[in-house]
Amino acid sequence: MAETNHKEETFRVGETELRVIKGGQGKPLLVLHGELGFPGWLQWLDALAKKRTIWIPLHPGFGKTPMASWIMNVRDLGAFYSRFIREQKLAPVDVIGFSLGGWLAAEMAVANSAQFGKMVLVGAAGLKPPAGEIMDMFTMTARGYLNANVVDSRTNPEFAKLFGGEQTPEQFEAWEDARAETARIAWAPYMYTQSMPELLANVSGLPTLILWGKQDAVTPLSAGELYHQKIAGSKLTTFDNCGHMPAVEKPADFIKAIESFLG
Amino acid sequence: MHIMWFTERAYHYLPEEEVLKRRSFFGVPNSFFDAEKGSQLLNQYLDEKIYSDELGFDGVMLNEHHGTPFCMGAVMDVEAAVLARATRRVRIVLLGNPIPTVANPLRLAEELAMIDMISGGRLVPGWVRGAGSEQLANNANPAYNREYFDEAHDLILAAWTRPGPFRWESKHFHFRFVNPWVLPLQKPHPPIWIPGLISPETVKWCAAHKYPYVALATMLKPTLEMWDLYTAEAAAHGYQAGPENFGYLQPIFVHETEEKADELGRNFLFGGGFANFARPEWMFPPGYNSKEATRRLASLYANPNLPGKTLVPQHLHSMNDIAAIKKAVYDNYDTAKESLQIITGTPKSVMPKLRKVLEVLRPGIFSFWLDGPAPRADRMTCLKLLGAEVLPAVREIGKELGLADPFQVAPGSRPLAASGRPERVGSPEALAAG
Repeated sequence: MAETNHKEETFRVGETELRVIKGGQGKPLLVLHGELGFPGWLQWLDALAKKRTIWIPLHPGFGKTPMASWIMNVRDLGAFYSRFIREQKLAPVDVIGFSLGGWLAAEMAVANSAQFGKMVLVGAAGLKPPAGEIMDMFTMTARGYLNANVVDSRTNPEFAKLFGGEQTPEQFEAWEDARAETARIAWAPYMYTQSMPELLANVSGLPTLILWGKQDAVTPLSAGELYHQKIAGSKLTTFDNCGHMPAVEKPADFIKAIESFLG
Repeated sequence: MHIMWFTERAYHYLPEEEVLKRRSFFGVPNSFFDAEKGSQLLNQYLDEKIYSDELGFDGVMLNEHHGTPFCMGAVMDVEAAVLARATRRVRIVLLGNPIPTVANPLRLAEELAMIDMISGGRLVPGWVRGAGSEQLANNANPAYNREYFDEAHDLILAAWTRPGPFRWESKHFHFRFVNPWVLPLQKPHPPIWIPGLISPETVKWCAAHKYPYVALATMLKPTLEMWDLYTAEAAAHGYQAGPENFGYLQPIFVHETEEKADELGRNFLFGGGFANFARPEWMFPPGYNSKEATRRLASLYANPNLPGKTLVPQHLHSMNDIAAIKKAVYDNYDTAKESLQIITGTPKSVMPKLRKVLEVLRPGIFSFWLDGPAPRADRMTCLKLLGAEVLPAVREIGKELGLADPFQVAPGSRPLAASGRPERVGSPEALAAG
């Protein structure tokens, strides 16, 4: 499915053999995937890979990278990636975080804004939404959750590319791995850090773009608005008729927003 | 042989359709719960247990589930405490406390110690991981279920046996001052039995700990296979397993006539019975299963779970659908009886079937399971007949087959043959005998 060449590489981080999908050329761009793992190489990655080297680390415990039992919360995972960024001399690296990966980016920015050049949060978890609730993935099947991630799960071609057809045993196992690791690090409070609104005051001098689907049923838009309010100088861009996966649901608008922000 | 009886203490004053349309007892809204009726039922169930003390049973078995009309014993230790004082003779067998869902294992150690003290040393505690839905009902992280289980188990035993005060710091439990003053009467601690639905991981764990394993109404053939797994693991730990290492729970309804017993036995299938305990997405929450178990499930659930479909239909739109499901549920009754998953009849007619189960599995621990929304008087009749006629006959068969219980032969005390090869405990020959 890929126009751009991408491959998997292994990097050692402490005791962990971290699997990273790498593709494209140019300045590094770190992509932090969400709670069901990296779904696959899509249009928007092809577009960005023309000018950027995409680094997509596969989080420990999500199947390919082995679980690291010391990682018990998203902040631990953030510390793991800070080490990775430092050891690979990537800082300051531009970062895009999706959902759980957005929360992860926010935790890392809070701990050390200087490790990032620019930050993009897409439907990020991590904050208790002032209005509404974060959808509980743990009381649903992975398939049911994915369907609820988007406004239209039936006719969207990018969604079909990733998740269409019969669910394979391999897919089921990969989703179960992802769900299990997400439970390990995000079970309670569910998908957020209680102190995040206060901690976000520590994000300074970091250009931040917050992208959100207006119909996001997973992380309500109110959380995006709160991120915007708490991160100084941030910009919030929303997409109409779009759920939790703008990269899949509105690829052209999504690519445009990111390209103009990253430059 | 240790002979006891069990009931789920169901709340069955709810429309069966509410369960059937959800394919699940767990998750039926508690707005269907009538506290007056609940109170009456809980007392009825306690009365039955107290009555069985007079009937000659060796034990009464309790269990615990949360957030479901399937079982009102949400805090089983409360019932156990009542029975500790109100009964005189029976052992109070708790199969089991879902320790991974208990945020404070030290508190559990204290509760159980009090029950053992009050009962005069009649407590048999047991542990379970808890059904998947239990993790949701208690917000216990299922991905740490095994770790919680192991740590809570070790902490409870330490609290009972290690002189305090001491500090306990494990990955998940942190107590800086462990020194419970109320300790169990039984020394070094009450005997521990483990119930389950024949998960290989748990069976092996039991064998390693010399804990008797009680299979909960599982099919005979795979149960025998698990007996073999236990026996092999026991041999690896240097002992020969015997009947004292095994228990079995047998659904049964006994009445004065075949017809009446048959009619009442159907109630086991109310709402789909255990098959509809909870929906798959609640039974297998994230990380609850081992990788191996997940792979087994992957092939099982891969196909029906197509895009746009949930694993189980959320809602059924017409009463016709529900009627069809109900018919399918109750059509299964004859099959369940043929495979001895449910036994019904008069005290006399059930004996050959019970003999068969005992000959196949050779358990030292045996529990009758009485359930379904049967009228109180019929449940009492069943209990009375079980106690007066079936129980003595089962005891005789136990003697004849040499089925020692854990109080007669300490589990793990049988020496292994010099060859190191263990003898099989169950009997596939008896199963094949038809």
